[in-house]
Amino acid sequence: MSPRSLTWHRVILWTVLILFAIWFLTPLYVMIVTSLKDMDQIRGGSLLSLPTSLNFGSWNKAWDQACTGTDCGGLKPYFMNSVYMVVPAVAISTTIGCINGYVLSKWRFRGSEVMFAMLLFGVFMPMQVVLLPMSQVLGYFGIASSIVGLIVMHVLAGIPSTTLFFRNYYVGLPDELIKAAMLDGAGFWRILWRVVLPLSTPILVVTLIWQFTNIWNDFLYGVVFSGADSKPITVGLNNLANTTSSVKEYNVDMAAALIAALPTLFVYVVAGKYFVRGLTAGAVKG
Amino acid sequence: MGALTIANVRKTFGNVEILKGIDIDVQAGEFLILVGPSGCGKSTLLNMIAGLDAPSAGTISIGDRDVTWLPPKDRDIAMVFQSYALYPNMNVAQNIAFGLEMRKVPKAKRDEAVQRVAKMLQIVPLLGRKPGQLSGGQRQRVAMGRALARDPKLFLFDEPLSNLDAKLRVEMRAEIKLLHQRTKTTTVYVTHDQVEAMTLGDRIAVMKEGLVLQFGTPEDIYARPATRFVAEFIGSPAMNMIPAVRSATGAAANGMDLPLTAAQRESLQKNSAGKLTYGLRPEAAQLSADGVPGTLRFTEPTGPETYATVETAVGLLTLRVPGYLSTKVGEAVHVKWSAEATHLFDGESDKRIG
Repeated sequence: MSPRSLTWHRVILWTVLILFAIWFLTPLYVMIVTSLKDMDQIRGGSLLSLPTSLNFGSWNKAWDQACTGTDCGGLKPYFMNSVYMVVPAVAISTTIGCINGYVLSKWRFRGSEVMFAMLLFGVFMPMQVVLLPMSQVLGYFGIASSIVGLIVMHVLAGIPSTTLFFRNYYVGLPDELIKAAMLDGAGFWRILWRVVLPLSTPILVVTLIWQFTNIWNDFLYGVVFSGADSKPITVGLNNLANTTSSVKEYNVDMAAALIAALPTLFVYVVAGKYFVRGLTAGAVKG
Repeated sequence: MGALTIANVRKTFGNVEILKGIDIDVQAGEFLILVGPSGCGKSTLLNMIAGLDAPSAGTISIGDRDVTWLPPKDRDIAMVFQSYALYPNMNVAQNIAFGLEMRKVPKAKRDEAVQRVAKMLQIVPLLGRKPGQLSGGQRQRVAMGRALARDPKLFLFDEPLSNLDAKLRVEMRAEIKLLHQRTKTTTVYVTHDQVEAMTLGDRIAVMKEGLVLQFGTPEDIYARPATRFVAEFIGSPAMNMIPAVRSATGAAANGMDLPLTAAQRESLQKNSAGKLTYGLRPEAAQLSADGVPGTLRFTEPTGPETYATVETAVGLLTLRVPGYLSTKVGEAVHVKWSAEATHLFDGESDKRIG
């Protein structure tokens, strides 16, 4: 870039951008520095100052000592619950969405459009509506108040959007590709595995990130459908922050919130560019 | 029994009849062209031969095997698509070998087939590339290679040249013809381009609105088009069509008697048609000193020849004149043709009279 283009409007543009970035990053900054301060410094009241000494005690406490209600085992069990819940729920809902999208775009049958329209309805339906009937269903199958129940719930709730993602992506794949594979002698699964899936990386990444953040951050199902030992991290964080002891330990609360947010932050940092790319990806160049 | 027999095939979508009873018989080794304007049902018919679509009625047989309801993979056919449909995630060699792999051909044999086909199509240096790194013509070759590798009973081409630029199209057309001469595989080729139809086909089926209007050799179709539509569709520039009526001696347009052969007069006697259409190919008429008088309206020089449009008493006539034309636009000319070169159609049913 020539120095000529570094004119006033560039300077203004950058100033505005930097100001906005600071504005949006300030809460994160406050959370991080507060989590590293000790209580004395926090009581000092200067919110934006750097910690006088690095103090990871609050992180330790938030992880395995802080009290959430009457238990004082920190966030660790909740974190692990979330991991056990998120991994299968994301994997299963993405797999089903992929197969659904493949069928609804490339193996259309009588009524498949109606089916897709009904699935779309599921994307827009407020999920509070299904809470009561769902709890009955989970109870009927004996998986209420368990991680398995939560997985089932998240899979069912996720299928409409994962199907929508894959279906719309696969509509952009040329039908002739499928026909060519059929003539080459490949069947339904082989075409999916050998031809369609290798072309699905962008939408796979989008769906995985989408489902991971949604399920990891979910509070509603977590609080409604979980039992005493199957509560996910969001519920754990809520309980931790709402458990009042003699003093409000802001540093521990901040550390706990950061722990709860770390996995989704991590996913965004690692795969965020694929996310943007996948959302904007059009037809595959053949 | 031919290599491919299509018997009374019909297709309806709801109330719309796409194919209205198609009968085509293809001999082994023959190159069949299905040609027609878009919407004539030619691609639907090809999809049925491929097994990607099923007819509402009728049967399709390959050899002496009824394949009407067989899935595509059991038909022993290969197809080249308009978009080539190469698998973008596989390289050229994998693309060519995919069909063999699906049929559980051992690796060594697959490699052998890839090499054989690649040599035949001169794409050996491309084997390691992905389709995205190939030009249009190269993709076209790979698509043909994929079809060739399996050595199928039947080749299907679905408008394979329509995505190429004009020069490449002519080159690939010649290559397809050469390939067919070498392999002698029975081929069905769909196109809307009458030049491709004429240059490639052993036999041509001209289709319109779900019907085969004429099925014959290129010479036959060019020399004796069965209907007015076929006459106008095949040949460029299109045949001149002169609206005519019966006269005491034969046919007349605008009060002027039109030359007819004895055979044409005889056929006309047996026919009851009141209105007639008199067809004259642009190369069948010449500018000359005598004949029908007219005025040169405009010219389209192409280099080797010039298309001259002349306004005459019987209407506008387009002529193919060799080389360049020295006559200026607006000058008076005469157009002459012989009765042998004319076509006579029923003006209402558009069927050939003679």
